[in-house]
Order: sequence, then C-alpha cells, then structure tokens
Amino acid sequence: MEHEWIPNSNEQVKKSMLDYIGVKDVLDLYNDIPKQVLIDEEKWNNLDIGKKKPLDQIEVEKIMDNILNNNKIFDESKQFIGGGAWPHYVPAAVQYLAERGEILTAYTPYQPEISQGLLQMLFEYQSLISDILEMDVVNASMYDMASALGEAFLMSKRINDKSKILIPETINPFHLSVAKSYTSPHEISLISYKVDPNTGYSDIEDIKSKADDLSAIYLEYPYQYTGIVDINAKAISEIAHEKNALFIMGVNPLSLMLYKTPGELNADIAIGEGQPLGLGLNFGGPYLGIFATKWNAEYVKQMPGRLIGMTTSIDGSSKAFAMILQTREQHIRRSKATSNITTNSSLSAITAAIYISLLGRKGLKDVAESIWYRSHYAAKQIKSLGFKSPLFDGEFFGDFVVEFNEDFEKIRNKLIDFGILFGIPLIQYVPWAKNSWGLLSFTEVHSKSDIDFVIDKLKSLR
Amino acid sequence: MFKQANWNEPLIYELSNGREGIRFKGNNEEFKQILGDISIPQSLKREKEPELPEVSEIEVVRHFTRLSEMAYGVDSGPVPLGSCTMKYNPKLSLKIATDKRLAFIHPLQPESTLQGLLKALYELQNWLASITGMDYCTLHPAAGAQGELSGVLMIRKYHEIKGNINLKDEIIIPDSAHGTNPASAAMGGFKTIEIPTDESGNMDYDAFLSSLSERTAGLMLTNPSTLGLFEERILDVAKIIHEKDGLLYYDGANLNGILGKARPGDMGFDMAHLNLHKTFSTPHGGGGPGAGPLCIKDRLVKDDIMFHDLLPGPIVIYDEKEKLYKIKWPGKYSPGLLKSFFGNVQQLIWAYTYILTLGPQGLKEAGEIAVINTNYFIKLMEDSKGYSLPYGNGRFRKHEVVLSAEPLHEETGVTAEDVSKGLLDSGFYAPTIYFPLIVKEALMIEFTESETKENIERFANRLKEIEEIAKKNPNEPKQWPINTTVRRIDMVKANHPKTITPTYRAGILRQKGILGPLR
Ligand SMILES: Cc1ncc(COP(=O)(O)O)c(C=O)c1O
Repeated sequence: MEHEWIPNSNEQVKKSMLDYIGVKDVLDLYNDIPKQVLIDEEKWNNLDIGKKKPLDQIEVEKIMDNILNNNKIFDESKQFIGGGAWPHYVPAAVQYLAERGEILTAYTPYQPEISQGLLQMLFEYQSLISDILEMDVVNASMYDMASALGEAFLMSKRINDKSKILIPETINPFHLSVAKSYTSPHEISLISYKVDPNTGYSDIEDIKSKADDLSAIYLEYPYQYTGIVDINAKAISEIAHEKNALFIMGVNPLSLMLYKTPGELNADIAIGEGQPLGLGLNFGGPYLGIFATKWNAEYVKQMPGRLIGMTTSIDGSSKAFAMILQTREQHIRRSKATSNITTNSSLSAITAAIYISLLGRKGLKDVAESIWYRSHYAAKQIKSLGFKSPLFDGEFFGDFVVEFNEDFEKIRNKLIDFGILFGIPLIQYVPWAKNSWGLLSFTEVHSKSDIDFVIDKLKSLR
Repeated sequence: MFKQANWNEPLIYELSNGREGIRFKGNNEEFKQILGDISIPQSLKREKEPELPEVSEIEVVRHFTRLSEMAYGVDSGPVPLGSCTMKYNPKLSLKIATDKRLAFIHPLQPESTLQGLLKALYELQNWLASITGMDYCTLHPAAGAQGELSGVLMIRKYHEIKGNINLKDEIIIPDSAHGTNPASAAMGGFKTIEIPTDESGNMDYDAFLSSLSERTAGLMLTNPSTLGLFEERILDVAKIIHEKDGLLYYDGANLNGILGKARPGDMGFDMAHLNLHKTFSTPHGGGGPGAGPLCIKDRLVKDDIMFHDLLPGPIVIYDEKEKLYKIKWPGKYSPGLLKSFFGNVQQLIWAYTYILTLGPQGLKEAGEIAVINTNYFIKLMEDSKGYSLPYGNGRFRKHEVVLSAEPLHEETGVTAEDVSKGLLDSGFYAPTIYFPLIVKEALMIEFTESETKENIERFANRLKEIEEIAKKNPNEPKQWPINTTVRRIDMVKANHPKTITPTYRAGILRQKGILGPLR
C-alpha cells in the first residue's frame, strides 16, 4: 500500500529493495517468527484499528474536527478552575517557537555537537527556574509535579535511609496517590500532619509531635486544594533540619514571584508544576515536573533525571553544552540508577523557558500580581453574597475554598449552562471537605468583567 | 555540503537589557482601587526580585529561532538512533493535537461535557489492544519507562494479592535490554537477574532456565530485541515463565519491527507498554514528552479479582445504560496513579490521528518498510571489512541493526564515537552508540519506514568512506566533527566538581566565591 508518509512504499522502489536483499516476498524477512504467532493479513485488516482502512487527510481532518466539536469547550476566561492545572494566557510567540521542527522532532541530545541549540535551551530552562526558585541545581524536567514528588521522596530515602515522611493533610490528592505508588515498594510511610481548620495553616505542634526519626517533611506551597500559602514554612524547615531530615517543598513557580522561595526557606529539594508557564491544559498533559536541589554533591548525586551543563569545546574556543553527571542515569547505572526516567518533558521545559524569557522579570511579576488581585477580589465579592469566602482565612494565592449553602456540584452544574466552568466540588477529591465546599481559581485570564459576570450569575441562582 | 549554523548565540541572560517583555499590567489598577496594595504577610514576602532577563519580544523570537537552527530533528534529516524509532511526525497530527479546543480542556472538566474526547480515547484504548493482541489498555503512563514501572507495580500487586510477594522478589531481564528495564524493576522493589545473549541473538535459553526459581516474579523482554532480532523461542519462554507463576512483560519500544505481523498478546505476554513517541509517530520534543500506554491480557488473579483490576491509572469505559463515556479511576487493587490526571492527552490525540490515517493496512506497510529498510542497509554493508554484524549470523533483522566498529577500531584505533562524529559532519544524525552493552563499539541503526532508499544508500556510503579515511589517516576522524556548531566538547570540565555548571546562577555564585566545588 503506497503512502505519502512511507517513501519506500512505492511499489517499484520496494521491489528493487527486496530484489537487492535477495528475497521474493517481504514475508521472508519474518522467517524466524513462529508460524502460530504470525498474524494473517486478512485477520489483521479486520481488527478494530482505526476505520479498518486508510483515510486521506481531508477525511481525517473532518473526523477530528467532529471529535473536538463534540465537547463543551469553555472559553479560558470562563474557567475558574485549578486543582493542579490552571487556565493561563499563552502568548502567540510561545507556541510558534515551541513548534520549530528542529526542536519538536529532535531526540534527546545524545550527540551534543549537532544539538547545541537544544542543549542551550534546556540549560536556559534550568537556569531560569533556578533563579525563580533560588535553588542552584535544576534538572531538565520530570513528567509532572506528581511524579516529581514521588521521585523526591525516593531521593530523600536514598540520602538518609530513613523511612518516615510527613505530608500535609491538605496535599493535592492526585499527588498523594502518585507518591504512594512510587514509594509503596520501598517501605516509606507517609504520615500526614494536621492543618488548622480556620486558617488552613499547618499545625506546628502536630508536626513536632510526629517529627522523630524522619526522612523528610513535605510542604505544598501554596496548597493547591485550598490556595493557602503556609505562614509556617520557615518553622517547618527549621524543624526538619533540627531533626536531620530533609525539607521538601512543592511550589507554583508563579507564586514565587511574590512569596518566599525554596532557597530562602532553605529547602533541600524543591519540586513544582510548570504547567502555568505557557502550557495548555490538554485534559491532563503533557505538563512539566520541576525538580531542584541544593548545591550539595551528595544531593546532586542522588538526583533523578537528566542534567545539562555549560562547558567549552575541547580547544576552549567556544562555550558548549552537554548532558552531565550521566552516571546517575539508567543507561549507565541500570538497576542502580537514581531513577528509570529517560523520556521526560523537555519540550514543556523549553516552552517554559520561552514563556519566562518573553515575559521577563516584570511580566512574570505582573502575572503573579494579577492572580493575587483577581482571587482576592473574587473572594470578597462572593463573600458579599453571604457565603463563607474564603473558608480558610490564611494568606491565599489564586485559589480559595468557599462554603456555599447547598451541594456545590449542583451550583457548578447550573453555571455550565451559562458557559462557565466554576471550580471543583472538593468532596469528590479530598476526605476533609464537605459537599458544600467549592475550590475556585482565578488567574490573569479573568478580567474584572469576567469575574463580575460569574458573580452576577451566582447571585441569580440564589 | 553540510555546514551547521553557528550563531555564537549568547545566553538569554547576556541579552538582557532592561527592555519590556510581554506584560499583562493593563487592568490591575481597577482591582488596586478596590483592594489597595497587595498585602502579603512580611514573613512570607520574597526578599529579592529574581535575576530574570528583560528582553523585548523580537529579541526572544530571534534568540530561540537561532538556537533551533543549531539543533537537528527528523525535520532536518535522518535520525537513525536505534531503538528510538525516529519516524516522520506528520504535520496533520501536529495541527490537530495543538488545536485550541483541546488546549482549553481542563483535566477536571465534567465527563458529561467531554463525550467527543472520551470516545476518541476509548477507541484508542481498543485500537492499541487490537494492535498488541491484549484485552485492556490504560493510556495513563507518561513515557515508556513509566509504562514499565506501571507494569512492574502490577507484577508486585499480583504477587501481593496471591500472598507471595515476600517470596517473589526477582525479575529476570536479558543483558541486551534497555537500561530502563532493570531501573524500573528496581524502582518497583525487585532484584534483577541478568541473562546473557547467545550467539544467535536470543536470550540464552539454558541460562534462563537455570535462573528460574520460586523467587521469580516475572520476566521483562524486548521482542524484537535491541539487536533487532526476534526471540525465536518466545512460546517456550512464555510457557515456562507462567509455570513458575511469573508474569511476562513486553517492552514495546521495538514494536515497529513486527507491526502488523505479530502481536505480544499472541506470544504469551501478559503486559506490554507502547512508546507512542516511537511506533505511533508522536514527536520526541528533544527529550520528551511522550506517552507509554500499558496494555494487558486479562486473567484471574484470585477469587473474583481480575488482572485488569490491578491496572494503574484511569481507563475510559462506556456505560451502556446511560449511553455515556466515563472515566474509571483505579480501584483498591491498583497500585494507584503514576502521574496527575488522565495522561499525556496531546500525545494520545496525535497517535489517534496517526492510526486513523494509516488504518491497519498502513500500519502493516509501515512495519514492513521499516524491516525492508534495515535489511537493505545490511546488504549494502555486507562487503565492508571495518564493520561487523555480531550475533545472529545470517538472520534477518527487523526494525534495527547493530553493527560493530570493532574491526575498524582494532585496525585503526578509530572508535564508534569517531565514526558517529563523521556521520554528523556529512549532515546525518548519528546512530545510538555503545548500546546494547554486549556489542563492542556498537552502532545501533534504525531508519524506520520514513527514510528514503537514497538516504539509506548515502548513509552506507558515508560509513564506508569513513572506513577508508580511517585506514589512510587514523588521526583525521579524531578531529571530527568540524561541520557542526561546535567541535568536540570538554566533558571533563563539564563534570568536574570545580567547573560543573548546571545553571547560570550556580556559575555566577561560584565566581563570587559563594559556592565552592561540588564535592
Ligand atoms: C528498548 C527501550 N525500552 C525502553 C525505553 C524507554 O522508553 P521512554 O524513553 O519512553 O521512557 C526505550 C527508549 O528510551 C527503549 O529504546
């Protein structure tokens, strides 16, 4: 079957190649596969694969258009939803640059001399994130924040061989599930510490009472399912270090434009979700797992994932980039590697680097301030409707919980009719919520009139 | 002649000049009037503004355009990296997978509003099950290695539920396997037993038999192997591993070699991951993201617990009564999630488009041409003395071939690395080198079905030309590459504790004496 994506499928070309190889039939090339295993052509062509026949590009575009139209697509500015991924504005130049074929269609830069541009982009990603986090070492990406968290816990155990890790009660439930999957074969127990039901801040006394024989304390900052930025971050860091345990932080890179950084808070490992840095929502991925650690040889040696370093050509004449400290990785260390990861989220990392570069220091701070203002304005307006808003009265950034007067899922469903995707019914995801609690999110994509519109609709429901 | 761009492009930091980037400052004022200044508790305030560059939009666009001109992908030319299956990434799929409608779908948007997307994902599950001969697929894992980890965690659960996990703590893996296999087994808490490869390129059968014991939890196999050779005794292997109640795992990185010809499910495999960024044409993005769906054959585990109850990650199901597609999240027998949310859906839609376009006939054609390309190339290289073809003498390869530059190396001192630099110089990307570890001076070459006959011939000619040059002047290849952006790189400086520079920040802090050597 000749096809435009398969140049040698041209009958003449194919025949000349088979002749040269010296076989009559392509099937001869499979003569070492047991007969019982070989699949008959007729059977294969009738399997449930695609439409059981090839389609041309016009037909495919029609079908795909239909698939995409068969969903309710909410305009970004009408989505007030977070929980680990948020609607953000992606400047046109970001997607344009991220689709350059030399990068999009490249493999991991195993041959550095011909991949300098790709390597420099990844180095710049590591560098830009390191400045936002104020952490000295950043890897070239993990799959997403959840898997980065699982890897951080495994790294912590490798460093101090302790098996108890404290995690917040209000941890992102998806992250918790992933952390459990990653740690369950390794005798690591994840023990949660309490959060004050009024402020949403961690309960320091509770942490202290559980802080013996620890591998690490983990802080989510802000908590993605309450929006609270924990005022006790510094105190938790100090407790962890008093107990010779690691302090691990999970961050939103945008919030760090305003709040204390993992570097300032003396975190040993910082992980984060990079989706807010120019990546689409795409129903769950691909996103970007940020992974950073301190300037400490033992930590860096135990770090998972790929690292790019800056060096020079051998003759010293030009700067150059290459993958470094590869002896940590699976292709060399096999079962002793720090992780099994190889394919990661490089293109997401490069997208983030482009996004950060385009906005620059001031532009990124604008975004952070926009998020702060919009969420605080919305919380205030919702409060004026008579709801408990925000439910937790600690410092919050972007997201907050509201206690409504009925099942929140019903409210959300009614607003769908107005083209509004209004938050997350918390009770579906976390054990500590009531059914009247909704988690709402506001970002720079929401103008004041977008927010006033949803408040108005909310009012009309009452 | 090939000559790669060299813009000598500064770091983005060095371009910083205080100019205005893209700003969304427009309407914070109206909020400020209502709320006043941003009030963050002092103890939570960031002290120092980050040292981020400030550059105008055109400068950023030029910077990244220039950098991309100093990179190389399938769009630039052949990338014959063995086991990476660097096929053409159709622009049709790019257009569809980057559609705004998909980009705007939040992962927690209610299912009832996503029937189009869920139906497509449901179909993709079924198609991949058909292609692999399996019963269920989860599209959840983010890459091949995460598919492997999912599979290993399922092996663990399986033996746990049967009450055997304390005994069953070993996973058997051939020495030709990719490094992710043993690494995934270890991440799943297993010891690994390595089996040598025999002369014919199969897993050494006797060594395999003697490695089996009541401790055997499973076997991870890549078939065709990383030598491009089909495991001839696969049916015996499957029977025997099952007799020990071990599970058989298929590393699907090499599925392109048997696409449309044989299916892991028919060979007795219990689980298989697929690398959508290899066999199913999604781009590799310079390192990722990819997608690594896991497919399984169903079987009874214990009492009424079925193997599919152990699947990590969500699957899409169709509710006949409500006529709705729904997501079934992992239940109590599953190891749980491996990443947040459903999966790398952009990649999934890309692969869906690819399969939809080619259909079963086109997929089979892709597999066949990939195999023809490999064997055509082998034939072209037959008369060469510098490169040998170890293992499986006289056997046809499938999707890839591993040549050894050892004869050339012995005669001239020129290594596989030197050879690969010579390939770069003529505008090809290089093969995977020094892998699999069992081949000396390995050059692992995979053209995929996307390469033209002419390019395969050019590639073979270039290899022979390099051999000639090496024999005449063995010093010359040591100087290569010369046509790439930079010449060979100082890896000692790159890794040395006193000079290692993983970030710009670390370099600056070291200059200021704030950071010492990394040791
Ligand atoms: C044979 C083999 N197995 C497993 C993998 C791992 O897959 P991934 O890179 O998608 O994690 C690869 C590719 O890197 C491979 O070639």
